[in-house]
Amino acid sequence: MNSLIQYTLRIADSSLILGQRMSQWCSNGPTLEEDIAMSNIALDLFGQANGFYEYAAQLDGSRSADELAFKRNEREFFNHQLSEQENGNFGTTTVRNFLHDAFNFLFYTELASSKDETLAALSAKSLKEVKYHLRHSSNWLIRLGDGTQESNMKVQESLNFLWQYTGELFEMDEIDNEMLDEGAGVDNNKLRKGWDEIINSTIEKAKLTRPVDGYMANGSKKGIHTEHLGFLLAEMQFLPRAYPDAKW
Amino acid sequence: MQNGNTAHIWKLLNTIPDPEIPAISIVELGVIRDVTFSDKSYTILITPTYSGCPAVKTFTDDIKECLKENGVRNFKLKLIYSPAWTTDWMTDKTKEKLRKYGIAPPSNTVRCPQCNSKNVEILSEFGATACKSMCRCSNCLEPFEFFKCI
Repeated sequence: MNSLIQYTLRIADSSLILGQRMSQWCSNGPTLEEDIAMSNIALDLFGQANGFYEYAAQLDGSRSADELAFKRNEREFFNHQLSEQENGNFGTTTVRNFLHDAFNFLFYTELASSKDETLAALSAKSLKEVKYHLRHSSNWLIRLGDGTQESNMKVQESLNFLWQYTGELFEMDEIDNEMLDEGAGVDNNKLRKGWDEIINSTIEKAKLTRPVDGYMANGSKKGIHTEHLGFLLAEMQFLPRAYPDAKW
Repeated sequence: MQNGNTAHIWKLLNTIPDPEIPAISIVELGVIRDVTFSDKSYTILITPTYSGCPAVKTFTDDIKECLKENGVRNFKLKLIYSPAWTTDWMTDKTKEKLRKYGIAPPSNTVRCPQCNSKNVEILSEFGATACKSMCRCSNCLEPFEFFKCI
């Protein structure tokens, strides 16, 4: 598979999987406003994923966007492991999304000036929405961290647990390097500084403690995932796989 | 009818209401980016408001239906992402239509569409559709929707 397709799929996969996680909150949100907010975010993420899948499908020539989303197995998905982590409590979801939104914000900012016109256009579009997502997750992180003793404890625990999935966001492999050399991709290492600034300033406002870097999980660029992705895909892909001609 | 009258196509498109905010047309919303004619066929360039906005599918179907009903069969729709849709494309006239409909139009200053007060609070940045947030007027106490600036 060529590097551009692979690169595009990685972006699409992270959006789709995080979107699927957010859609699981639909009708389960802590308040009506939050339920609506999370469903809206899910919808944005699905829309972003769709744009990137359509592009990957066009480059691929043999599979449609739907086939890419619904007919690939776990080891053929390249989303960040962070995006597939379970929703947990509302605080866990807030922390996971905050860590991801901060990365996405910086990533799309850079990719918006890609030499690949389609990647640039899709990124510029996504960026507008991700700004809202980041504001939403940051505001909640601050409210929960600087809330009650219990809410502070819960988000700190989530932060400590999810931290191991943040190292992978900044990794570069041969595909990233090839895309970067062509002026079409992003140097993920360079995003680290901006990400640290967003994370540190928000964590401080939220009266939380930044975890110390320890073991960092990785492997999603090669299709290695945590146990949660398989279950997520089983639910998400069931219908189109069981009823391949289903229309709705 | 089939001779490349793009102005006529624009006119037809302007009769199609936004599926979620019927007070304005899809042309006023700014999602129709261009209408061109070549090789005996019209190309209509459309852009989504928000990436995942479900209205895109609806207004795409509405466009096909409207054009076919009016005898236009030689057309294709093309979805484009650049330049990304912005509320800056809305004219003052469109914004006024939104306000009369009860939706605070996109602006740096949010004003209550009922009493025009600036004394308002945002209840949630996300509303019933992707493009709106939920607000309440602290002056007349009416809840209202605000069309977000993007």
